[in-house]
Amino acid sequence: MKPAAFEYHRARSVSGAVGLLTELGDEAKIVAGGQSLVAMMNFRLARPEHLVDITHIDGLAGIRREGDTLRIGALTTHRAVEKADLGDFAVLSRAMRWVGHLPIRTRGTVGGSIAHADATAEWCLLAVLLEARILVEGPSGRREISAEEFFLGPFTTALEPDELIVELVFPRPAPRAALTEYADRKGDFALVAAAVDLDTDRIVLGGVGPVPAVVRGESYTGTTVRARAAAAADSLELRDEPGISAHYRRGLVRTLVERAYEEAARG
Amino acid sequence: MVEPRFRRDGAWVGASVPRREDPRLLAGRGRFVDDIALPGMLHAQFVRSTEAHAELLAVDLDEVHAVPGVVAAYTAADLDLADITALLDRPAHEFVPTAMPVLARDKVRYVGEPVAVVVAKDPYAAEDGVEAAVVEYAPLEPVVSDLGALAEGAPLVHAEAPRNTLVDVSLFATEGIDDVFAEAHTVVEVRTKTGRQNALPLETRGVVADWDDRDEQLRVQTCSQVPHQVRTVLARCVGLDEKQVRVTVPDMGGGFGQKCVVGREEIAAAAAALRLRRPVKWIEDRRDALTAAFLAREQRYVVRAAFSADGEILGLDADVVCDMGAYSCYPFTAGIEPLMASAEMPGVYRVPAYRVRGRAVTTNKAPTAPYRGVSRPQYVMVVERVFEKAARALGIDAVELRRRNLITVFPYTGVNDITYDPGSYLESLDLCEKTLREEGWFSRRSDENRVIGIGFACFSERTGYGSGAFAQRKMQVVPGFDISEIRMDLNGTVSVTTGTLSHGQSHETTMAQIVADRLGVPYDRVKIVQGDTDRITYGWGSFASRSITIGGSAVAAASVKLGDQLKEIAAHLLSGDPEAAVLEDGGVRVGSSWLPFAEIADVAYLKAHLLPKGVGPGLAATASFDVGGDGTFSNATHGCVVELDPGTGGVEILRYVCVEDCGVAIHPQVVEGQARGGIAQGIAGALFEEVRYDEAGQPLAPSFMEYKVPTAMEIPDVRIEHLETPCAFTENGAKGAGEGGTIGAPAAVLNAVNDALRHTGVELDDTPVRREAVFRALEVTR
Amino acid sequence: MIQLVELSVNGERHDLAIEPRRTLVDVLRHDLGLTGTHVGCEHGICGACTVLVDGAPARACLIFAAQVEGAEIRTVESLSSDGELNDLQRCFSEHHGLQCGFCTPGMLMLAEGYLAEEPEPTTEEIREVVASNLCRCTGYQTIVEAIDDCAARRRAALQDRLDRRAS
Repeated sequence: MKPAAFEYHRARSVSGAVGLLTELGDEAKIVAGGQSLVAMMNFRLARPEHLVDITHIDGLAGIRREGDTLRIGALTTHRAVEKADLGDFAVLSRAMRWVGHLPIRTRGTVGGSIAHADATAEWCLLAVLLEARILVEGPSGRREISAEEFFLGPFTTALEPDELIVELVFPRPAPRAALTEYADRKGDFALVAAAVDLDTDRIVLGGVGPVPAVVRGESYTGTTVRARAAAAADSLELRDEPGISAHYRRGLVRTLVERAYEEAARG
Repeated sequence: MVEPRFRRDGAWVGASVPRREDPRLLAGRGRFVDDIALPGMLHAQFVRSTEAHAELLAVDLDEVHAVPGVVAAYTAADLDLADITALLDRPAHEFVPTAMPVLARDKVRYVGEPVAVVVAKDPYAAEDGVEAAVVEYAPLEPVVSDLGALAEGAPLVHAEAPRNTLVDVSLFATEGIDDVFAEAHTVVEVRTKTGRQNALPLETRGVVADWDDRDEQLRVQTCSQVPHQVRTVLARCVGLDEKQVRVTVPDMGGGFGQKCVVGREEIAAAAAALRLRRPVKWIEDRRDALTAAFLAREQRYVVRAAFSADGEILGLDADVVCDMGAYSCYPFTAGIEPLMASAEMPGVYRVPAYRVRGRAVTTNKAPTAPYRGVSRPQYVMVVERVFEKAARALGIDAVELRRRNLITVFPYTGVNDITYDPGSYLESLDLCEKTLREEGWFSRRSDENRVIGIGFACFSERTGYGSGAFAQRKMQVVPGFDISEIRMDLNGTVSVTTGTLSHGQSHETTMAQIVADRLGVPYDRVKIVQGDTDRITYGWGSFASRSITIGGSAVAAASVKLGDQLKEIAAHLLSGDPEAAVLEDGGVRVGSSWLPFAEIADVAYLKAHLLPKGVGPGLAATASFDVGGDGTFSNATHGCVVELDPGTGGVEILRYVCVEDCGVAIHPQVVEGQARGGIAQGIAGALFEEVRYDEAGQPLAPSFMEYKVPTAMEIPDVRIEHLETPCAFTENGAKGAGEGGTIGAPAAVLNAVNDALRHTGVELDDTPVRREAVFRALEVTR
Repeated sequence: MIQLVELSVNGERHDLAIEPRRTLVDVLRHDLGLTGTHVGCEHGICGACTVLVDGAPARACLIFAAQVEGAEIRTVESLSSDGELNDLQRCFSEHHGLQCGFCTPGMLMLAEGYLAEEPEPTTEEIREVVASNLCRCTGYQTIVEAIDDCAARRRAALQDRLDRRAS
């Protein structure tokens, strides 16, 4: 379990990183915290010829509040978010408890998680739930992509090969939102994850499809939490998979949506 | 009854003294096999089969040689090594011998089987080299389950083994047993399938080998529980004699049985070192450890039990099939699991009639080795399920039903021809139940808003298998005894050898405590020498909870002999009576005089002319020990409380109580550590871990993402209560303590889960318990 | 492809010429001879390789050595001084928080980093942190107890110093 050989490049600035990506082409891969990528490289499931290390770029880590907007730099670690006092964005801090374990959270980054695009990953769910925008920079400058349009499939995003995630922009506070998960072991990737925001009545689910699935709750307004959870579960198209039936997965969705609602209501 | 020969007045045995192992391990100064670096050392990795079952048509290593950093690469034909073959002395209809080649020769039998070895200047280049190998296979239909193996017309894993059956024994068959079942008031049946598991020492397997011209020896540093057996097999495979091979064992990061068999990779790496005349290291990576290392525990039981109306067990009729994977392990063979289950299943209960058929089938999966508890976690679980089911059928409380059937008069000779020495079967059950009751768990169990269940497991465990007990298994290689050599050096310090091999069990401390008591020296003046075939007379290593019972007894016996020498010399020097001499405070007292060991040693080595007539120079003694008869039985009752989550099927262990009896505990804290760690592994098997394969025989758990080893969040704190029924025939009154935790936990957990499901009508008898099955069971009543 | 890498480990500077694919744990163990840090899975789950990177516990198998130039790395070898175990190590020994000792360096560095950041954790918080790493021997209970005890002793010692300063 030793990675295949690669050439190491250290970017000193975002434009420098973009320049390296442009120059090196498809065989280049960005490494930030590396908590998913390096594991895949050790299994030789990923074998980039060039690794562009962005962890030495100044100014990409940090959390800024601008009015109603919260901006989280791509290199901000999960742990930094967990420890930050985010006020009416506290759902982000609370959700970090579900991200792996402490030593993963100290290295893993928000931008890395978004770019990796695991459909059960907490950041992917949170970004879609809170309708975040993903600020990316490429050779022709910066652009923003809405979270819902960003995730295209499992481990596939709207990010061009020569683009880099700079920042996550959360447009409005979410004082009554929550994320919860189920896995047989604490710290594992979720079998099913559910995130809800009572103020927008959005439900976002992980583990039920190739990308975080949005269930719009408006149509169930006025019904009980239990009914909404059941409706959300029933709205999904699920298939039996080895080791887990559609029926069980649907049941988990029902339970977790209900529990997320309860947690969100507690604030 | 024989008077126990253990000592209770000793200062060291029975005290939880600081572990001798700790300072170096805590400082990061232990020396594990991967910590060893020899000048010019090369690194081996293996080209492994990607097919579960195939003819091996060609292994092309040309490209491998071209990879930068690669020094050599060998196929089976290149190395030309003898096979590893483990044998039982049983007739052909009971046992089919099969050979395990060091590298696959003309056929591969599981995904991960070593096909070629690549040796390179570093592990990275070795893996580059492995990738460059081109192997041509002609795939055959794989056999991926026990039922598939036994099916009519199934493909054969080994041509010589019809119906893929390596072991098939039918034992006991008490006369009239069919009538017992026909006439019984109640007959219950348990059908169970237990998941394949990995013993999973955190340190994977590994070896460093080099040829030493000065010693004319192949020196092998390997993490093995059985260094002498590695020497024997390696010498045979490469064609050296035993003295030309020296096997030493550095610090070892756990074994749990996976390292108590001889691994083909350690032989291949050593053979490469011999060929190249350069040091070669092989460190198994985790993917290989999860897919290609020795596995265990995949078994299927169909067990029927007959009971009288008042709950007396009348008979047990069992069929056990163990999926042993592709090869027989050395030295135990594929018989290890079925023979253990068949011989011992009646366990702690007075079973008057017993019949069992035990089979080992071969499949296209990674082969198996003993794993902590060997079959006992499974058959105890099955028997304890039997009692729970019978209790329901008879309307008798399950704990009460056990009480009516436990062996209470010792020694007891069972229907399985085993004589059980005294234990605290009933007392441990009573105390375990009482403890949970006093803690309030029975009242919490009746809370209707929660889904809580309580489960028990009663069992005993044969520890200290002597040569006689292993001979009953008809192994051609019969483990059992241990030999210990003790020596006192000039300043009165002691070194003592043991043929056992500590790898976490704390023998550097506990064996020293035993010696310290026998000689009257502080335990830190005693050095334990283990894991070196040049320094230790043939030994059997550590497995089957044998180390303290047998190795500890040998060490004690050697100490006594050395003490006698010291007394004789001291009495002579003090002009006293040797019969009146006593060992005391690091010296010998004869009457009112006292001579420190250092002064006796001074005479023994430096002033030998002062020794008594007929006493030679030096202070050394050798003793051996073997457990006669059927060995000694540790016992315990485990009690487990679980809560189920109807919304997810989640299983949470709320409480775990273990009442154990391993006779005299040499070091109570170490005993508790063994129990806790064992229970964690038992819980892992009951609820989390499984090595699964797909229909093509591809392993589905190649990483820790899929093979779910429980963490601190899943494993509960365990309350441990000790009972003490000293063993009458080990030197210390101790019984084995290494495996009990693992044996009781699956039964206690599974019974608790089923107790929690009592209102659903659903019973779950397979492990690991699937959360989906729990979810579905509870959904109906939600 | 050889990369020049300057690493600072346990306060000592090292200049290395290595392949950039070498992971931090391999460099620590095999290039610098600091074999106290162990390798258990090489995919970030078992935690045997846990070291401190700028004070924070991190998996040394998921970091390329070239990435952590300029960071201060601490390994288990830094805990004891002059052959004396530190308080955390002593607590592990007293509570029998180790058997084979293979997971121990990772557990120690995990706890050391965590307690430095969070000196007053609850037992449940400690348990959740211990769940970061795998141990196959102990069943975890005594590891949690050792860390809990160490935290309590450090708090008591701090209180003692404050009291003495006040008096």
